[in-house]
Amino acid sequence: MNTYHLQIPLTEDAVRRLRIGDVVFLNGKVHTGRALVYQRVLEQGHPMPIDLAKVSNVQMHAAPAGQEEEPGRYRISSIQATASFRYGRWVPEYIRRFGIRAIIGKGGMDGAIYRDTFASTGTVFLTTVGYGIAALYGRGVEGVDAVYWKDELGLPEAMWVISTRDFGPFIVDGDCTGASLSEQATAAVNPKFAEAYAGMQQHVLKRMGEITQDLEQEVIAGNAGEKPPKG
Amino acid sequence: MLKAEWIEQAAYEAHRLAATTHPPDVQAALARSLERETNELPKFVMKAIVDNSRVAREDQRPICADVGVLRVFVVAGNEAAVDGGFVALEQAIRCATVRITKDLALRSNRVHPISRANPGNNLGVFAPNIDYRFEPDADWVELVAVHKGGAFGSDFRMMVDGDGLNGVRKGLVDAIAEFVRRGLTCPPVIIGVGIGGTKDQAFSIAKQAAVLRPIGDRHPEPGIAALEDELFELANSLGLGAMGYPGTGGYALDVHVEIAYTHSALTPLGIHQLCQAARRGVVRIHRDGTIEPRSAPAWFSDHHRRAGV
Repeated sequence: MNTYHLQIPLTEDAVRRLRIGDVVFLNGKVHTGRALVYQRVLEQGHPMPIDLAKVSNVQMHAAPAGQEEEPGRYRISSIQATASFRYGRWVPEYIRRFGIRAIIGKGGMDGAIYRDTFASTGTVFLTTVGYGIAALYGRGVEGVDAVYWKDELGLPEAMWVISTRDFGPFIVDGDCTGASLSEQATAAVNPKFAEAYAGMQQHVLKRMGEITQDLEQEVIAGNAGEKPPKG
Repeated sequence: MLKAEWIEQAAYEAHRLAATTHPPDVQAALARSLERETNELPKFVMKAIVDNSRVAREDQRPICADVGVLRVFVVAGNEAAVDGGFVALEQAIRCATVRITKDLALRSNRVHPISRANPGNNLGVFAPNIDYRFEPDADWVELVAVHKGGAFGSDFRMMVDGDGLNGVRKGLVDAIAEFVRRGLTCPPVIIGVGIGGTKDQAFSIAKQAAVLRPIGDRHPEPGIAALEDELFELANSLGLGAMGYPGTGGYALDVHVEIAYTHSALTPLGIHQLCQAARRGVVRIHRDGTIEPRSAPAWFSDHHRRAGV
């Protein structure tokens, strides 16, 4: 686990040096976005109000704990990422269109995205640690530069641009070689699940979406690189 | 007579504690999990989780930015009277919810389910949820604020009489396997298992078992307490640490089981998993106006469970 302190905008060289399991702290401007931001710019064609490649080439899948203290003045108390798998259908296009070098998210994304997009664009996936250390990340937020589309999308879903200092720690889940820390973790724990399932009878009444003995299948299927269901 | 302003003050304090302060049993359990962990990656994660818990208390920041769906469980003494009645109590809880949202800059997390319109104050249709139960021989009212996310980790299935205990065990491993990959449940977690009752009851008592019982608490029926121990061991036999990485720290901080008498042919099974940001704040309002923060909720009692049949 190497530790890196990186300045945003991230350079391709800096990003290509990172490997899964490395720890990253960031300095500079990070912007947020969830489904409504992706829909707005990629599906409805609204123009991006700032040059992300130059200003903020790090997107965080986040809706901060934050409020508008007075008109135009915002405060963030805590922030962390939301589960990223559900943005699989937008992320590759977003990265290519806006020159994104890092996605800060939760739980990683389908390994196919790392292999097919990250390797060629020079992008990494940084997962938030513990999935909920939002107070610690809140300390890394120096201020809110701007909140775009608050009226259209609502405050949590709006695109926040925040200034950060020693913002982290994040763990590299997907790197430019296409490697996936999540996939490695799943492969490592699957034998233990197989042991636990050994000798257990199936439930008499089946249910859609249940995990049977097929440990390759994940509940989050349905992204880019979707595998056909087995069995 | 309990004054509405005391209720509002207590509800505000319960929300503040829930948002910013891990209960003492959770703090201790997280520290034990960090101690047990020997693998580098999950150890790094556990240390960050413990640091975050301290920073949230020091800075009065929300432990988790997903403040969940704010809700309040009310334990009302049978002899307690509220000035203005329980409608005034509900109004006080709603006012406190709006105030805490502003003061701690909580995420405005409650939106219309179809239009996604956001009123910005964590109020809305049926929001915040307020659930009641009544306790005999008491003249106090206790408020338990719970802030919990909700996308992942919950599971329901209808078991039939042929499934037996095996069905409960497999249901638990399924719920872990479904959600632990990529850490969607944010482990280490507290697991609540509801067995029996009506369908909706199995799901509700599972949630309450996860969020309203302190770590280490055991069910009063010895057979159920033994089942809790067994399922706790099962959940921690899977080689999982924090974030679901391979590790020795353990997946679960505890497993709590609640049962309810059920249909003779069927056994509904509910499972909920409360993430490491296990947020509950407990405050009791006494008749003399004392507002007392407490370490654990009084939600479950022999009376509430109708023990003894």
